[in-house]
Amino acid sequence: MGYALNFNLIWRHFDKLWGGLLLSLELAIISIAIGIVIGLVLAVWYVSAGRVVRTIIAAYVEFIRNVPLILLVYLVFYGLPTVVDLAYSAPTSFILTLSVYSGAYLVEVFRSGLEAVPRGQLDAGKAIGLTPWQRLVHVRLPTMLRITLPALSNTFISLFKDTSIASVISVPELTYGAQWINFNTFRIVEVYLVTTAMYLLTGYALLFGLRLVERRFRAAR
Amino acid sequence: MSTSSNDTPALLDVRDVSKSFGAVQVLRSVSLEVARGEVVTVIGPSGSGKTTLLRCVNFLESYDSGSIRIDGKEVGFRDPGTRQRRSERDLAAMRAETGMVFQSFNLFPHLTAAGNIMLGLRKVRGKSEAEARSIAEHWLGRVGLAHKADSLPAELSGGQQQRVGIARAVAMEPKILLLDEITSALDPELVGEVLAVVRSLAEDGMTMLMVTHEMAFARDASSRIVFMADGGVSAVGPPKEILAAETTNERLRTFLARFRASHF
Repeated sequence: MGYALNFNLIWRHFDKLWGGLLLSLELAIISIAIGIVIGLVLAVWYVSAGRVVRTIIAAYVEFIRNVPLILLVYLVFYGLPTVVDLAYSAPTSFILTLSVYSGAYLVEVFRSGLEAVPRGQLDAGKAIGLTPWQRLVHVRLPTMLRITLPALSNTFISLFKDTSIASVISVPELTYGAQWINFNTFRIVEVYLVTTAMYLLTGYALLFGLRLVERRFRAAR
Repeated sequence: MSTSSNDTPALLDVRDVSKSFGAVQVLRSVSLEVARGEVVTVIGPSGSGKTTLLRCVNFLESYDSGSIRIDGKEVGFRDPGTRQRRSERDLAAMRAETGMVFQSFNLFPHLTAAGNIMLGLRKVRGKSEAEARSIAEHWLGRVGLAHKADSLPAELSGGQQQRVGIARAVAMEPKILLLDEITSALDPELVGEVLAVVRSLAEDGMTMLMVTHEMAFARDASSRIVFMADGGVSAVGPPKEILAAETTNERLRTFLARFRASHF
């Protein structure tokens, strides 16, 4: 019980944490944006494709979901450049990994949403003479989005937290910043308390924002 | 025993249409004509193929043999001989010529009442936003829902949703309106308001093919009634003839007796 909390050293190096948090958010936003594109394209393709394409997409999803993210990060950052002649920075490597990773999870979210759109709505779209593309854009996707928004919020929060894995390849995001402060000040309790609070608050802020979007979607138009 | 005259070609001409779902044959060589301005009602026990027939008319379902023509144009196939399916773009264009109202309303939940009606007008008919809006408001007025233009389907009662469903279909100015048990999902006290709308459309001369269990309405509103049993047309005729208690058609007599027993 001889340990006295002292946050002074943490505040002195707070820029490491603040800059780290901003980088974490940047990694998450870029990766999720790319992941959404991957997820949407593959989910739409999946529900309209034949068995071969479905099997390939399902294999991608299963592979990603059954391999730990940290392993994928190592594979892409250390493994890939030794096989193919590519050079990229650690942040780029991580964004690449997290994009492919989030894509797999988002395919599942979007696919189940697309399949949950009631058939009657698609019939109604057909009956007024909409083409397949118009039915997708004006009937199926809007309804799918309303169905998937809650699951989507959870996935986004989860992916934001996953950015902490980038610390293992020295990307100076929030967790890496915390480690740096720990190694240099030995205030392990304080630094991780502050870091935890920062993840928590950011997660809540994201959730709050997404809930607002959900509510807007349910209420208006 | 069709009463539609043979010298003017029928608007809808269904000829020898058969269809199976796997081993189950749901339509057996069904033939049926609907003349312009005519209201034809299809009745029959559940599982007799009424709804499937309706869904074949706008090619929501394909069929195995026979032909369906609207205004002389084959609906789902380029050429009934080769049975080459039309392109999706062609099918969409054909479907825009028929309106359909569904048992479960099937409104687009993310669009307002007006938005539901405007979608087809904007995207299929290529109308401007303002033009589509004014057409939507006109039809909402016709079905008594002018004040609900900006309500979402979730904010409307079943009867109101169905009236929007009817407005959505007729706003496209279809050649024929298909009504698939449109009052079956409604609470009894909401049936009247929907049937009143259908009746006023019939008075305007809208051609309709409808499946219904509302016998009184079928009797009052239709020019002819088609009785289907086991996927085939068992009897066709004017309402008085078909709904007569002393009919010699055994299946029809059983159906009507069972119907009267459960509804009166």
